[in-house]
Amino acid sequence: MGLIEFEHVSKAFSRTGGARLLRAYLLDRLHHRRPEPHFALSDVSFSLERGQSLAVIGRNGAGKSTLLSLVANLCRPTSGSVTVRGSVAALLELGSGFHPDLTGAENVRLNASLLGLSRHQTEERFGSIVEFSELGDFMLDPLRTWSSGMIMRLAFSVAIHVDPDILMIDEVLAVGDQRFQIKCLDRILRFWNEGKTLLFVSHFPELVQRLCDKAIWLDQGRLILSGSPEEVLEAYAADSSVDA
Amino acid sequence: MISNVAWQGEYTFLLSTLIQKDFKVRYRNMSLGVFWSLLNPLVTMAALTFVFTRIFSSPSRQFPVFVLCGLVPFNFFTLAWSAATSSLVENASIMKRVPIPRVTVPIATVLGNCVHLLIQIGLLLSFVLAFGNRINWYWLWLPVVWGFELVFVCGMALITSALNIFVRDTRYVVESVNTLLFWCVPIFYGFERIPPRFVELYRYNPIAALVMASRNILLDGVSPAPGLLLKLAFVSVLVLLLGLLVFRKLEPGFYEYL
Repeated sequence: MGLIEFEHVSKAFSRTGGARLLRAYLLDRLHHRRPEPHFALSDVSFSLERGQSLAVIGRNGAGKSTLLSLVANLCRPTSGSVTVRGSVAALLELGSGFHPDLTGAENVRLNASLLGLSRHQTEERFGSIVEFSELGDFMLDPLRTWSSGMIMRLAFSVAIHVDPDILMIDEVLAVGDQRFQIKCLDRILRFWNEGKTLLFVSHFPELVQRLCDKAIWLDQGRLILSGSPEEVLEAYAADSSVDA
Repeated sequence: MISNVAWQGEYTFLLSTLIQKDFKVRYRNMSLGVFWSLLNPLVTMAALTFVFTRIFSSPSRQFPVFVLCGLVPFNFFTLAWSAATSSLVENASIMKRVPIPRVTVPIATVLGNCVHLLIQIGLLLSFVLAFGNRINWYWLWLPVVWGFELVFVCGMALITSALNIFVRDTRYVVESVNTLLFWCVPIFYGFERIPPRFVELYRYNPIAALVMASRNILLDGVSPAPGLLLKLAFVSVLVLLLGLLVFRKLEPGFYEYL
């Protein structure tokens, strides 16, 4: 039994997307229009065993974030089935769920509760979260006075302390200074050494080769290739250079 | 089909951090802070008292308290309901990243507004006593009737917050209903002035029922009618159940429309 299993998963979004005013809805009804759906993922299948790590590569709009959202149980597939057997913590985009008007400490508690830590666990790990982020002096300042690198450090620190079975990282590591990046990588390695799973969206070939057992390449929602990181990276690089 | 591990966190902790967030974000940048929730009913009370004692003549010496009995439940309802209606959309960044149970977001907003309710209840009770009314045993009904108001607001908030994701105009509909409600709830007029054929309608409106019950308890010193309490309980619980049902029905579509 895999830790993550995708079977013929498709995910469609309506093109109108978010805010729809009543007028647009009524007009569609009136003209019997059904907006064409847009397939962010179509017929994607793969599975990942416990302890394996996966890299997802592809250009912008390839469906990488949609794939992560499905793993995180944020939305349901339009067709096919998604099975995830473990807890997931996501480090998606900068400071998801952080509020600029709250202080660092308040944001740590908010984010920890969102990610599923209990009050007790949060208090227990609070010191270590702050220490890892190296931002102890700023904990009482509102987040809007922080730099984006600092916010990312705090976000990473909280996510890694949630100690999930699956950690998803969506290209955010590029933020922060080099020294801290190395520290994060160290921590990720430790996490990986404990036999946990990483889900990685990254274009750093070194990182992918070092940390991942498997890679999949998505393009326009389709699974182009899945296999060993070397194989997939090579094919992806070849394809990109032809286009360029 | 999906078989995922559910969110494994702690509901009470999540609710408390969400409530604190709402509260702190709202008041941190205001110099008067929570005193605004005292100021607003006082100003409205003063204005209504002026109009109804100086311009129209009012029969009651207790008119300011009488008005406040109506304003406090009304204020809480309108504030909590309209804040909760837009809560899901305002917290889109959270909803799109973390698989928390989404019901907690509008509920947290409603509970966060309880701070105002408590402050305003304090204000109301001090006025009641200052005008020479006595504490009586029926005051024990107060937590019960106000508890039902909370249940009712939660139900309404679940319905409109979910709808507001799909049709963003919902927020404006709620604002309009609130404006209308100011006239439809006996705030500046007494229950006895309502024409008999509308009386039943008023009894089934939890906010109106609550105002009547509060006046019975605080000003008349009598127990609210059992029929009124039953209707209040019935409608509140019914709306909450309906809210949960609607919310569950609409939830799968949230992600796409946020």
